[in-house]
Order: sequence, then structure tokens, then C-alpha cells
Amino acid sequence: MKGFAILLALLAATPSLAQDSMPPAPYAYNQLDDPAQEAEARELMESLRCLTCQSQSIADSDAPMAGDMRHQVRSRIASGEHPEHIRGWMMERYGDYISYEPRMSRTTWPLFAVPLLLILVAGIALSRRLRRSKAEPS
Amino acid sequence: MSRWKLFVPLGLFALVLGLAAYQLNQPKDDRIVSAMVGKPLPEFALPAALNGGQPVTNAMFADGKPRLLNVWASWCLPCIAEAPQLEALDEAGVEIVGVAIRDKPEDIAAFLETHGDPYSSIGADDLSELQLALGSSGVPETFVIDGQGIIRHQHIGDIRSEHVPELLAELREAQE
Repeated sequence: MKGFAILLALLAATPSLAQDSMPPAPYAYNQLDDPAQEAEARELMESLRCLTCQSQSIADSDAPMAGDMRHQVRSRIASGEHPEHIRGWMMERYGDYISYEPRMSRTTWPLFAVPLLLILVAGIALSRRLRRSKAEPS
Repeated sequence: MSRWKLFVPLGLFALVLGLAAYQLNQPKDDRIVSAMVGKPLPEFALPAALNGGQPVTNAMFADGKPRLLNVWASWCLPCIAEAPQLEALDEAGVEIVGVAIRDKPEDIAAFLETHGDPYSSIGADDLSELQLALGSSGVPETFVIDGQGIIRHQHIGDIRSEHVPELLAELREAQE
């Protein structure tokens, strides 16, 4: 039992990936003073994807790079930039990857078209069946 | 309704299952390619990363000579692995400009002491601002910049020995 506990402690103590020793960016963990601006920043940060810790938003991640991205989002919003303009700037650099709000494009249109098509097909099938059951008296 | 039609949903299900099984077995490429390749460098002015060093600006890249822009950090382990290859590129006459991400002058100096210094100058990017502006998503990454300051190529990850000729070819191409 004691050996197992030591083993667990050793497992927990394995060093994580190399990271820098710099303090986090000023706005990485500090909110903006204006609650309305902070809310705008928050909304954008929740829909921007972290680059080093894929499948998390930058609002959720403790990676230093995500902290630097939060700093950038907050300081730009504090200087009056529109959130969608910042998203556009990020997408100019990282493509669709960076945004959790997919745009319609040449590669993504099936995402939007397929559900509509399925609903249409289901609707047609349903209406035909209903009409048939009405035509055949039970 | 004819009997075979009953099997259509099952067939569709098998198709979706097959597609999923196929995709799960494909090797995953999780590199995030910069959309800035082919575009001019963003405007920037980084302070020198080393005490007494030269600052790094985008204007430096517009003198007709192609260069490498190496995004790295002293705390980054793969950067140690690529150090000999950067050294080889330096010896081949390639100018390498460094961008140190979230790094301290003393740590940078210690790294260069141990692993060699192939850089003509190193700029400090303490808030990853240039890194984000370049569309770079990690360290190390290396960009080929042509003599007009246009980003011509992005190499993601550490430079291994087999990548050296590739980068030299990219630099030659950028010269033309």
C-alpha cells in the first residue's frame, strides 16, 4: 500500500512539457475594468480555439500561448476594436481552424447543406406515408 | 414495398461505420499551417532579446536578400534538437534571424553558449505578438522570407538534417 502511494506520488511528479518561466501576460488572467468590454472579450475568447492545446478554447486553457492570446483579445477590445474584427484578424493568420464559429465556405458548405437536405428528405417521406395511410381506409 | 428496400437503412449504417473506421485509421495531421505564406511580413519592431543585441524589424527583410526567420525559445526542447541544423545552415551562408518567444536574456545566453549561436540577431517576443501575427502556433517554426519581405515558406517543428536541403532549395527559389 505504501509502495503504491509512493508510485502514485512519482507519477504525479513527472515533469510536464517544457514551459517558459516568464510571468503571464498582463491580461492573461486579469479581467478588463469595464464589465461590458470584459463580457465582449469573454464571448470572443470562448469561441477562439487554443493553438497548442487543441480542442480547448483560449478561455479554457492555461497554456502560455493561450494566455498571450487572451491578452491580445482583451487589450484590443479595451482599445475599442470590434470582436468580429479580431476574429477576422485571427482567421487571416490561422484560417478556419482558429474559430469555433464555422463560416460557410467552399469546404464547409456540406456542414450546412446536409442537415437541410436530410430534413427535406424526411419531410417528403413522412408526407407521402401520411397521404398513403389516408388513402387506405383502415 | 419490395423486400430489398428494407436493407437500405442497414446499408447506410454500414457505410457510415466504414467511413468512420477508415478515418480513424488515417494518420492525424495536427499541424496548423499559417495562412500568411505568400503574404508580406506583418509590420513589427521587436526589442533585442540579448543585452547589447540588435532589435529586429520587418524593414530589415526588404533589402533583396532571402533569410530564415526562426521562431524558437531557450525553454523549448525540440529547439535543442534543431540547433545543429541551424548551425549547418549558418555555415552554408544563410542569414538566420531569431525570434525568442517568452524568454529571458540570461536563459537565451545560456542556450546559445551550450548549443551554438547561428543568429544574426534575435528579437524578443515576450507576449507572442509577432508569433500570432505570423500565424505560427508553436516553437520551433521557421519561415523563409524573400528579399522583398514576403513569407515564402513555413517549416513547422524542428529542422532535422533531411530538411536542410529543402530549406536551402526554398531559399534559392526565394532568390529568383
